[in-house]
Amino acid sequence: MKSQSIKKRQLLIEAGIVGAIALLFAFLLPAFMSAFRLKLLGRFLSLAIVALGIDLIWGYTGLLSLGHGIFFALGGYALAMHLTLQLPDGELPEFFSLYGVSELPWVWQPFYSFPITILAIIIVPSIVAGLLGYLVFRNRIKGVYFSIITQASLLVFYNFFNGQQKLINGTNGLKTSTQNIFGVEAGSEPAQVAFYQVTILLLILTYCLCRWLTSGRFGRLLVAIRDDEVRVRFSGYNPTWFKVVVFAISGGIAGVAGALYTVQTGIITPSIMEVAFSIEMVIWVAVGGRGTLIGAIIGTLLVGFARSLLSEKFPEVWLFFQGALFLIVVTVLPNGIVGWWREEGVNMVRSLFGLRQEVVTYPSIDEAPEVQKEREEIGS
Amino acid sequence: MLPILDGLFNGISIGSVLLIAALGLAIVFGLMGVINLAHGELMMLGGYGTFVVQNVFKELGEPWFNLYIFFAIPVAFIVAALMGLILERSVIRFLYGRPLETLLATWGVSLILQQFVRSVNWVMVIGMGVFCLLFFGAMFFLRRLRIGNWALWLMGWLSLGIAIVSGILIGKTGQEALTKAWFSARNVDVTAPEWLRGGVPLGNFQLPYARLFIIGLTIIAVVGIYWFLNASDWGLRIRSVTQNRTMSSCLGIPTAQVDALTFALGSGLAGIAGCAITLLGSVGPNTGQNYIVDTFMVVVVGGVGNLLGTIVAAMAIGILSYLIGSGTLAVLLVQVEPLKPLADMFLFFATTSMAKVLIFALIIAFLQVKPAGIFPQKGRTVEL
Repeated sequence: MKSQSIKKRQLLIEAGIVGAIALLFAFLLPAFMSAFRLKLLGRFLSLAIVALGIDLIWGYTGLLSLGHGIFFALGGYALAMHLTLQLPDGELPEFFSLYGVSELPWVWQPFYSFPITILAIIIVPSIVAGLLGYLVFRNRIKGVYFSIITQASLLVFYNFFNGQQKLINGTNGLKTSTQNIFGVEAGSEPAQVAFYQVTILLLILTYCLCRWLTSGRFGRLLVAIRDDEVRVRFSGYNPTWFKVVVFAISGGIAGVAGALYTVQTGIITPSIMEVAFSIEMVIWVAVGGRGTLIGAIIGTLLVGFARSLLSEKFPEVWLFFQGALFLIVVTVLPNGIVGWWREEGVNMVRSLFGLRQEVVTYPSIDEAPEVQKEREEIGS
Repeated sequence: MLPILDGLFNGISIGSVLLIAALGLAIVFGLMGVINLAHGELMMLGGYGTFVVQNVFKELGEPWFNLYIFFAIPVAFIVAALMGLILERSVIRFLYGRPLETLLATWGVSLILQQFVRSVNWVMVIGMGVFCLLFFGAMFFLRRLRIGNWALWLMGWLSLGIAIVSGILIGKTGQEALTKAWFSARNVDVTAPEWLRGGVPLGNFQLPYARLFIIGLTIIAVVGIYWFLNASDWGLRIRSVTQNRTMSSCLGIPTAQVDALTFALGSGLAGIAGCAITLLGSVGPNTGQNYIVDTFMVVVVGGVGNLLGTIVAAMAIGILSYLIGSGTLAVLLVQVEPLKPLADMFLFFATTSMAKVLIFALIIAFLQVKPAGIFPQKGRTVEL
């Protein structure tokens, strides 16, 4: 009983902190930051949503997807299609006439309606992810094979979208900044601020969803699959379905992020599905700390701002920096910033203030120099 | 009949490029379970190596220039193999048993290499030389004196700082020759020697000599690797480590050395592949990216630990993608009346990029039947 009340209190505290930070971002920051930085922040926050999705499947389930660009782009295209269709009755989007298309393709028809678009942003990427996941996981393809296959499918979608001029304007993509949404131009200042606030709201919702998913039995199973899938199977669970479901959820999250990102950048092109961008998503999670939801968000914001600062000043250095980031995170900081903080940082700060270290077992065991030395030699 | 022959030849020539590129990857993956995303960039280094050799031979004049390719191949091999060796010793050996992290680390390396060929100049090389001299010199002495890790960290940062500062200072002197980028971000063109231009006429199309040369090179590389793995001492060790790492280690095989050697060998093969692709087009910082996913597909379809699987997969993917992409298959099927819908479908996929879409679908379908590739490794493991 007592532990339950403590848990409840902790949950309340966490909710309070999350709410406070959200309010800070939503209302206080716009007052201080320049419009340019605020726009960047909005984009990074929408990217943080996809980072949460990746954390869910990589950090918790141990599946490294290099193809999240697909789901990201699908969500983005869904919203962009809806915006492109905001035209007087009977008129076709401009680019169709360039390729001699006189009738709206059937794929476009449902996107006249806003609710269906919202549904499509979540459902379409989820279905694609679920299908791909089912075909892959059902054969117990995992590890690097899974990563490679997702990467290949990313390239396939990239080629497909690039090749379909008549359907979705090919390489040129769809421009959203000059279109109207609810009668307001999507590129205008008030619309952008609204998008920024919606992004924060959805980021919190996604965070809550991931938090809920990872805290219960489902979450524990995901971690079990990550740590020892064979044992999970031998305990009578079928990991395939768990993996399919979590991959689909992650895809849906990426779709939402893609839609938000698209309206804030003002255009979506197939280049969003370049191989490099999808791998970059993974590094955000790795920098922040995988297996920690807050880490995914922190990592995205950090890397995003580092990127924009560095590539403004020294565009050549950015790739070196990014490459080094991959190497450093993997070799020196395998648990990311948040992971490092939880494992070592807390104790460092405590010892700085002369407090006792937090111990896992007993002080006499944890702090004994002999045990420490042995632990180092074995390399725990 | 002729279009089929034409398609077959072109397919085989695409397949042989895929094969030579995937060969090194397959060996490394089979042995260490490591996916090397920097493989494409090692190919690119091989290509740049060829470019440098070509420029040197251009100075030497006519009779020599025709032969440069034979010097370029070993140079490309050595450049890429050295890079691979450095990569293995400095990064990958710390990451064994963590394949996903290795994947990310090699991606980081590939980004660095891409930017490196774009902006490499004398200042940068001097800076790197200073860093290596200071850092490894310090490491040498610190090892002797048995001073702990912290000193090494300190020396690392210190030598990095000195190297960067000295690089900036040299750059400030404003010597054009020192600060000019060697290759710049633009693609560089390698001129094929005269005897590789043109081709053998055959009916109303021709077999280009360059393609024939690549096919020949691939055959030599495959035979060489086969001989090395099956007839040499180190090949035996490599095969035994591939089959059972712990057991080999128990029997006294130096697995760390085997890993380093295999990685260098696989990288060297990437270098040769890079030399081969210079004959097909220009080489640029992004060249490696074009090949990387295709070659991985070859490895996935072929299965690990078996050269034959890689060969079959590369040829199958090469031939199919040419037949679909060029529309040959569609043209052939149109002639048969009942297969008309099928022909229409193939017509839809009859561009190079759309062919990739269909090929990928076929690969996914194939993996439903044989998840571990054409020739899966046999063994009593639950992990398959």
